[in-house]
Amino acid sequence: MQPLIATRSFPRATQAAASLAPAPMPRAAAQPARGAKRDPAPSKWSYRKQRMLLTPHVRLFLRAGLPVLALVAGVAIWLGDDARRAALATELATLRAEFEARPEFRVSLARVEGASAPLAEAVRARLQLPLPMSSFDIDLAAVRARIEELDAVLSADLMVRSGGVLEIVVTERLPVAIWRTETGLTLVDETGQRVAGLLSRADQPDLPLIAGDGADRAVSEALALTAAAEPLAHRIRGLVRIGERRWDLVLDRNQRVLLPEENPVQALERLLALDQVQDVMNRDILTVDLRSDHRPTLRLTPNALAELRRAQGLDTVENAL
Amino acid sequence: MTDLYTSQRTMRHMRQAAMQRGVVAILDVGTSKIACLVLRFDGPERLREQDGVKPMAGQSQFRVIGAATTRSRGVRFGEVAVMNETERAIRTAVQAAQKMANVRVDHVIACFSGAEPRSYGLAGELDLHDAVVSEQDVSRVLAACDMPDLGAGREVLHAQPVNFALDHRSGLGDPRGQIGHRLAVDMHLLSVEGDVVQNLLYCIKRCDLELAGIASSAYVSGISSLVEDEQELGAACIDMGGGATGRSIFIKKHMIYADAVRMGGDHVTSDISKGLQIPLATAEKIKTRHGGLYATGMDDRDMIDIGGDPGTESGDWDKDRRQISRTELIGIMRPRVEEILEEVRATLDVAGFDSLPSQQIVLTGGGSQIPGLDGLATRILGQRVRLGRPLRVQGLPQAATGAAFASAVGLCLFAAHPQDECWDFEIPAERYPARSLRRAVKWFKDNW
Repeated sequence: MQPLIATRSFPRATQAAASLAPAPMPRAAAQPARGAKRDPAPSKWSYRKQRMLLTPHVRLFLRAGLPVLALVAGVAIWLGDDARRAALATELATLRAEFEARPEFRVSLARVEGASAPLAEAVRARLQLPLPMSSFDIDLAAVRARIEELDAVLSADLMVRSGGVLEIVVTERLPVAIWRTETGLTLVDETGQRVAGLLSRADQPDLPLIAGDGADRAVSEALALTAAAEPLAHRIRGLVRIGERRWDLVLDRNQRVLLPEENPVQALERLLALDQVQDVMNRDILTVDLRSDHRPTLRLTPNALAELRRAQGLDTVENAL
Repeated sequence: MTDLYTSQRTMRHMRQAAMQRGVVAILDVGTSKIACLVLRFDGPERLREQDGVKPMAGQSQFRVIGAATTRSRGVRFGEVAVMNETERAIRTAVQAAQKMANVRVDHVIACFSGAEPRSYGLAGELDLHDAVVSEQDVSRVLAACDMPDLGAGREVLHAQPVNFALDHRSGLGDPRGQIGHRLAVDMHLLSVEGDVVQNLLYCIKRCDLELAGIASSAYVSGISSLVEDEQELGAACIDMGGGATGRSIFIKKHMIYADAVRMGGDHVTSDISKGLQIPLATAEKIKTRHGGLYATGMDDRDMIDIGGDPGTESGDWDKDRRQISRTELIGIMRPRVEEILEEVRATLDVAGFDSLPSQQIVLTGGGSQIPGLDGLATRILGQRVRLGRPLRVQGLPQAATGAAFASAVGLCLFAAHPQDECWDFEIPAERYPARSLRRAVKWFKDNW
């Protein structure tokens, strides 16, 4: 007789006993066994497992978190060994060196553009690169800084072109004036920066000449004055900075125009207007003092002064002094 | 879980939690099958009116994303008879449904047909403090209902306020805010055997599931099988299950009576098995394939093999080559079905079904699929009998749309749109303990 409260494993026990019995018994015993096999109910643990796998967090973890974690763990374990890490580092360094040494990246030529021949020569000397070398080894920023240290270079653009050419596009500093100092002549640009030295004034006859201490700091003002004094251009010898604050316009025949500190261009234009009307500058004058804008003051040459006085009937006592 | 009544409130919170999560399982623990549906709630009204789906009973809120049935084991007369077998069957159904839905469900709403449901009509009345009916007044009048003696070990399964009356005006659905002096309520209370419910709850708990609601299958199959007019005008739903036949009477969209007799399709099967000396499995097979209730002359010549399948035959030639005519089968089935219907008739008479304005009777459940049942039921129950199929819900597989799934579908509707039960109202302030903080809060709320 079967027990009333049966466990599901009972057919297995009865099967062994049933094999001894003849005809119908094995069939009867086989029936519950098959029934037990067909039992669709999941075991408690498989049920729980399925429910756990259906939980959103667990699913996300299994799909994304676990592979990532496994990968990270594998890499970490592999790198845990010092020898392997060192080997990897050398391997990487070798690979990198091999890659950098490829002919595609080799720079064998430097081409300077936008510079005159002597400047190009100077720039090339300034490169200090043992060409040919790999383009990875060239510190373009440092080279550029080195080139821009040259006075005659305003800016430089460096590019590694295909075909292993290092192209250096130089923008030259343009000299706009000649500055005469005790040591000699210097070409300066509009900011007063030195461009180059000059041996003789005649090498650059078209540039205005400036002189005096601090003249380089007011080059733009000097240029404006030169431009304004265009009608007198053939007579101008140069501009002299006085006391590092104002300009004197020096003309030939030792004439001088003393310009004010403020609005010198305006004062000069006023003088030119006066000159146009009264032909002042062709007269026998030593200086025109424009420093006071209320009235220009003229100084005549001694001869002219004496002539003037004689014409006025004044008799002066003159001596050799 | 000792007191079912107090745990009903907890279940409502569980239901809220399940709605928040959006997934809830439906478990119909029947005698012949256990059905599990997984519902996904997408929030209200995803489908527009132009889709042709109207939100009549909240059935457009959810979608069935998983469905599974398994043969029920360890359940007799709609009650748990063998705990671990039932647990395994529930686990099977839940696992298969979860697999189909591809989502984990933690909350389950269950229904069962047995446990001897008994209906009580309760009435309570209350003189209002002030003229306007407030929420508290509704709670108080529900509390004022005289509680009948349910009997030892019996618990309340449903307690639904059915009707409110204010002074001489009756038939109010929602009396809140109305003006009157005397508020009365009619309440329908369904009690069941507490131990049976506890057994079922224990089985569900063993499957790691949280119970978010529990219902009587007679009630929920009424919800799904009766159309709106029938629920409004009065109708009875006969849910012919495997081990129990449930009856529920609806009027004005409220259940006013529910009952179950412990007889069903399994009895027909066992009659066939005993009458023809065949195993129960074979008897079930020939019942579903060849069963009927009206014999015709042709059925005499319609011979049915009852010797069993090649796998299950005994080896005795005479035993394995037995045949019966279909008339004989019908002759065995018909008296039992008649008996069930007579029983139904008797209980409907006791319940006063005659006095309803409309006396529509709807037969549903797996047992209602016997050919010829509508004719037989007409003769016993009256002319207005129809066979009912459950409401269509979205995503339900074709295999689960039959009459056998009336209570499962009804439970879906119950999950989406539960009726107000008395524990959905707040506890009247007087019922709180005297020193309770909630009572103090309540007093502040009422006075400021």
